[in-house]
Amino acid sequence: MSALHPRTWARFTMRQRLQRYGVLLACALAVAWALDSIDVIWPWVWDSPAQMADLFGRMVPPDATNLPNILWVLLETVNIATLATALAVVLAVPVAWLAAQNVTPNRATLWLGRLILVSSRSVNTIIWALLFVAIFGPGIVAGIVAITFRSVGFVGKLLGEAIEEIDRRPVEALEATGASKAAIVAYAIAPQVMPTLAAVAILRWDINLRESTVLGLVGAGGIGIVLQGAIDTFRWQEAATVLLCILALVIAGEIVSALLRRRIL
Amino acid sequence: MLKIADLVKRYGTGEPVLKNLDLTVEGTSIVAVIGSSGAGKSTLLRCINRLVEPTSGSIELNGVELTSLRGKDLRMARRRIGMVFQGFNLVDRLTVMENVQSGRLGYISTWAAITRRYPKDDIARAYELMERVGIAQYANTRADALSGGERQRVGVVRALMQRPEILLADEPTASLDPRTSEAIMGLMRDLAHELDLPIIINIHNVTEAKEYTDRIVGMRYGRIIFDDAPAALDEDAMEAIYAGSPGADRAAGAQAA
Amino acid sequence: MTAAVPRDWWRKPPLIANPLARWGLRLAIAVYLVWAVSTLPIDWARASEGLSRAGRIFGGAFPPSFARSGLLIDGFLESLRIALLATAGGVALSIPVAFMAARNIAPTPVYWIGRGIVIVARSFHPVIVAIVFVKAVGFGPFAGVLTLIVYSVGFVAKMLAERIEEIDFGQVEALRAAGAPLLPTLFYAIFPQILPRQIGLAIYQLDSNLRASAVVGIVGAGGIGSTLANAFGRYDYDFALAIMIVIVGAILLTEALSGWIRTRI
Repeated sequence: MSALHPRTWARFTMRQRLQRYGVLLACALAVAWALDSIDVIWPWVWDSPAQMADLFGRMVPPDATNLPNILWVLLETVNIATLATALAVVLAVPVAWLAAQNVTPNRATLWLGRLILVSSRSVNTIIWALLFVAIFGPGIVAGIVAITFRSVGFVGKLLGEAIEEIDRRPVEALEATGASKAAIVAYAIAPQVMPTLAAVAILRWDINLRESTVLGLVGAGGIGIVLQGAIDTFRWQEAATVLLCILALVIAGEIVSALLRRRIL
Repeated sequence: MLKIADLVKRYGTGEPVLKNLDLTVEGTSIVAVIGSSGAGKSTLLRCINRLVEPTSGSIELNGVELTSLRGKDLRMARRRIGMVFQGFNLVDRLTVMENVQSGRLGYISTWAAITRRYPKDDIARAYELMERVGIAQYANTRADALSGGERQRVGVVRALMQRPEILLADEPTASLDPRTSEAIMGLMRDLAHELDLPIIINIHNVTEAKEYTDRIVGMRYGRIIFDDAPAALDEDAMEAIYAGSPGADRAAGAQAA
Repeated sequence: MTAAVPRDWWRKPPLIANPLARWGLRLAIAVYLVWAVSTLPIDWARASEGLSRAGRIFGGAFPPSFARSGLLIDGFLESLRIALLATAGGVALSIPVAFMAARNIAPTPVYWIGRGIVIVARSFHPVIVAIVFVKAVGFGPFAGVLTLIVYSVGFVAKMLAERIEEIDFGQVEALRAAGAPLLPTLFYAIFPQILPRQIGLAIYQLDSNLRASAVVGIVGAGGIGSTLANAFGRYDYDFALAIMIVIVGAILLTEALSGWIRTRI
């Protein structure tokens, strides 16, 4: 009957199996290399669970005496995220327009737009913050500028992709009526990308809320400064309060952005 | 009067899609262009308002040569040519009124367009036309909430808002069900007579073409091979227009060349 | 008929129909923006000085100096080790957490524990986690590895749990019907459905751990970030620029590489 079929069965052919083992072996070797050569003091590693338990023990119960000040700085943190997101959205629109293949004026502007997006996106917020603290001095302004610089790339890239993916047909229809370039952008392109812009802005605001909690560690304002201060002076119970506040802020931000998204889309 | 002479359109280096085509449309007649897919109907229509750039030849609308226009002059010329599309090509997220008024974008300032402050005359005209085709109650409705037939009515009103000297319709009923399709064809015929407007319609449905138009132009493989009154379109003519396949035509054309 | 409605007048219906709510919202946004901007401590003297300072920084940064490339390579290799170990640890740990956090598999109390772990791990920015670990286990790459394990669990476990919640339960039922015990059911009915996603996530996470390791280093958790923070601290702007160029280059390279690998599987 089916004499042609072999009587043994294996899931993979020899070659497939070799490939799979090869990939696994490479992963194992990479991890082994990293373990072997990493610069850690192993006794400390074995000691770390005890250290962490000790640290945690010193954090409870959280100390709320400084809570009014913490909440005030938390509000400042929200301001950093909100202002920076608003600014970034405004700046990202022209950049996205340059970086979208189908609307950019010419090759040179396309590459200019892409260059702005890539350099904004490749540098982390904290590194931007290091730079702007050096320029503007420590404080909330450096933080806002840093987050704005990072967000322009994020919003601009997603908005640019949305512009590239629009339905061409309304554009064609308006070209046929003799509408100017500006009118076509306002009537055929803007309405199509508006929902994306709103969704991306909300998403980025959510991310920026998280990022603005750490700006303080390089001196760029926000709740991070309070956290750093508490940790540096070993006030672990206050640090615990700050951590709980940050947790509450981020979760609240997530809920708010989920609500906004549902309202808009 | 629309006068097309010796029109050629070639994409890249291949065989021309339109081959030395001549066509004149006078008065307020409704002209149906029929032919199988790939015969060049859509390209012909898009050459007239230069959504497609003709390779050579001349297109003259009421004494203005269209093929050489650039920039602002081209936009001015396009204002006078209305177009209705197979896929309606509305802006889904805008209201019907905004879609209708977008037919006036060539006339009003960009500022007025962005702030939606349309001239009183345009609004009155829009309501008039919308009432005429039966969509006035949807002025504040978003375009994507409408049915296919209603959407195409918006498309027609948008084109008429331009106060065009000629209307181009590219398969305007191909996305509609048969009943709606007949309604739209009847509407276009009536409007053409009411507004003294010549119309060129690309159409697949030969029965509708015969019923609703004054003249039928049959295209095959980039050439006009039939041009007469609907009554003259007999079996032989149909055979000549629709027989064979574009592929066979291409092969034959390549041999002849 | 409708003679009352003027037929030559039209306004776009507003997004919010209730005029009170509409103007209230506009006013609230305006008041918030004015207030938030007014609380910014903008020190114009400092800012104008900032320009010359920026000039000095950029003047000092050009040309970038690769003179101490040994230090740079060491820092970079350390980042790579941190990222590899954290990815291996994080991906392994995320599997049980994901099963705990999958609504369709875990019993309700376990589900909430799993969700809690994911939410806490996701809510804290890696930099905050890093300063806590640096205090607990000391400066160096070990704190970095722990930080990024938490970071990886937050993301990978969340995505994996979502995948587990979407699996086709028919396959599980088929095996149960055949009388298969729990573990074989897991291996035959559930793992094959989630494995491709898990591999994709692991590659993505390696990429994002490499980026994050450049940042957590700034607060002392090892890797190239520490090298960068030191260079900034010593005003070695030309070396800092060299490091940033390498980071950006590495990010672009790994982004392309991980994209390529993910299209292959």
